[in-house]
Amino acid sequence: MSRSMFLGALLLLALPSAMSNAQAATRVFACEPEWAALAGEIGGDALEIYSATTALQDPHRIQARPSLIAAYRRADLLICTGAELEIGWLPALQRKGNNPRLQPGKPGWLEVSSLIEMLEVPQSLDRAGGDVHPAGNPHIQTDPRHFLVAAQELAARLAQVDPAQADLYRERLEDFQRRWHAAITQWQTRAAPLRGLPVISAHRGFPYLYRWLGLERVATLEARPGIPPSAGHLQTVLEGLKSRPAHMILYAAYQNARPAQWMAEHAGIPAVKLPYTVGGMAGTDDLFGLFEVTLDQLLAAAS
Amino acid sequence: MNHFAYVALAGALMASSPLLAAPATKSFNPKISLIMSAQYADYSAGSEAEVAGVALGPETELKPEGMALGEAELVLEANIDQHFHGWSTIALENEDGETVVAVEEAYIDTLAMPAGLALKFGRFLSDIGYHNRQHAHAWDFVDAPLAYRSLLANRYADDGLQVRWLAPTPVLLELGAEVMRGDGFPAGGEARSGIKAWTAFAHLGGDVGNGGAWRLGLGYLDADALDRRSGEEQELGFSGSSTLRLLDAVYKWAPAGDARERNFSFQAGYLQRRESGELSDDPDGADQRSNYTGSQDAYYLQAVYQFMRGWRLGLRYDRLSTDNQLDNPAPDTTLATVANAAGETPRRSSLMLDYSPSEFSRLRLQYNRDASRPGGEKDDQLLLQASFSLGAHPAHQF
Repeated sequence: MSRSMFLGALLLLALPSAMSNAQAATRVFACEPEWAALAGEIGGDALEIYSATTALQDPHRIQARPSLIAAYRRADLLICTGAELEIGWLPALQRKGNNPRLQPGKPGWLEVSSLIEMLEVPQSLDRAGGDVHPAGNPHIQTDPRHFLVAAQELAARLAQVDPAQADLYRERLEDFQRRWHAAITQWQTRAAPLRGLPVISAHRGFPYLYRWLGLERVATLEARPGIPPSAGHLQTVLEGLKSRPAHMILYAAYQNARPAQWMAEHAGIPAVKLPYTVGGMAGTDDLFGLFEVTLDQLLAAAS
Repeated sequence: MNHFAYVALAGALMASSPLLAAPATKSFNPKISLIMSAQYADYSAGSEAEVAGVALGPETELKPEGMALGEAELVLEANIDQHFHGWSTIALENEDGETVVAVEEAYIDTLAMPAGLALKFGRFLSDIGYHNRQHAHAWDFVDAPLAYRSLLANRYADDGLQVRWLAPTPVLLELGAEVMRGDGFPAGGEARSGIKAWTAFAHLGGDVGNGGAWRLGLGYLDADALDRRSGEEQELGFSGSSTLRLLDAVYKWAPAGDARERNFSFQAGYLQRRESGELSDDPDGADQRSNYTGSQDAYYLQAVYQFMRGWRLGLRYDRLSTDNQLDNPAPDTTLATVANAAGETPRRSSLMLDYSPSEFSRLRLQYNRDASRPGGEKDDQLLLQASFSLGAHPAHQF
């Protein structure tokens, strides 16, 4: 390959970028699908929304791959869970994505976990304990009340980033708040039979859901967060059920169902798959569907 | 101070750091990690590990036979302020029974430049190739591809300035260039001023299908060498110009993009080095000189498959060919090694199995069928490696 051929190839690569410089809608980079769905509620067609992960991926495990770097580069606002859920790849995107709009402290940087009270903040940190999150349990999307806090802050940030459409964001926020309040009331009424029900978690993924609905966790299949359970630990949990029985085993759609199914078979209680986030199961295309299906699954197993 | 004293020192540093006592994101302290490896190596061939047709650069010798503590690397990293991010890698190595401390990388990069631009300055691994940018502990095999080992002394790192531009496109398009001091192999030389090496690179990448991601890279390195040392005893000096062209491709896949249980990655690289200038061989002051025109082409192909959580199986193939012209291939000198390789094709096949109980530890077994020595001498190489990372959470680089 000659030097001029090499330079020619570089120019060829640069061409498409020169052609796509036209200004488009305000771009939102969401780390998880639930925040992408929330941005859809607040911004509608005024936003171009990119979700870095899908419901079938573990948001703790993905890599800072080329498409994420490209999406990060173009975004005007970032909305993520935070609390170190994205610690493996978000810092890498920050360094490689060359985007001054997405920096902590700027209006374009929104970590929802910084807005809410975190549960399970560890007393001591030791990696022998598995995937320990120093800032607390990051799976905050299982309590619908968190979306009210997040929506309010997101609308405020969008108005800062894109003042021309501030009115639209405010109107859509008010509309969402009205519908969401009504939905929460209805869900809480439906969920009354679940209060006080003892359950088993496959992963420590549902503390916020339990607090909201008053479910009681009696055991976890994973002895250490993020590390698949051993046969010995499953046996211990099974033994424990004799003195502290549970009604069901809950696992997230993106997780390996085998440990939960093994326990269901041996303990004679149902294993319940929960969508966990938007797109996790059929009927969960938006935030309302996410909680509808979650309640459907829980109530069906409880009756 | 020996290795263990450094390890203890770093351990004490981490234990006293608030990093582990408070949420890392809520503290202003740097992320600290100490990366250690221990290994066992066995080689069936007893001869020097030369490669036909090239004089190997510094620090390219095989890992010592038997049990050995590998390199220990101390990494410190933090956002310095709203504009800068800093990274340093301090390596502690064993060299002839002595512990050597080396600043492998120490650089600052910008976080808030406009228009998709970023600058990096200090000492860093060049972005000319996908494998060049990876730290040794992130490699998929115990050793570097033969192409990198032979033509770049494992990787090209130097002191300099890098500028990168990221296009505002849905597909990743990154263009960059570096101007360098010219100290790192294949540049090299003492007491010089100015810019003695420069690079240019382009990266293109995106997603494909359900759970696939790819990246193509193109790199160019133009280096000026003044008495650059290479060879077993660093007895060979080279003065002249060295250029390198590089093409690589990476493809990764996981079911629905979820890599926890199963995933696959494929990597291929092609390196082409052209050199012209003068070689001098002076092991004992007996100086032999030769005009030299060098042409070396090398490629590697590798595939790694994670077949169940934590367990990965890898295959790699390396090949090199050379066509060098020397007007004085003095017998029994490194000049002859470089000259007399026409028709030889140094190559190597590798098989790797590793197990990672967590993101912080890994055990690896590797077998190389090596035929890279002059004359095609075969070497069965068995390598066992344990790597550990203490401290901060590692980044999931693509």
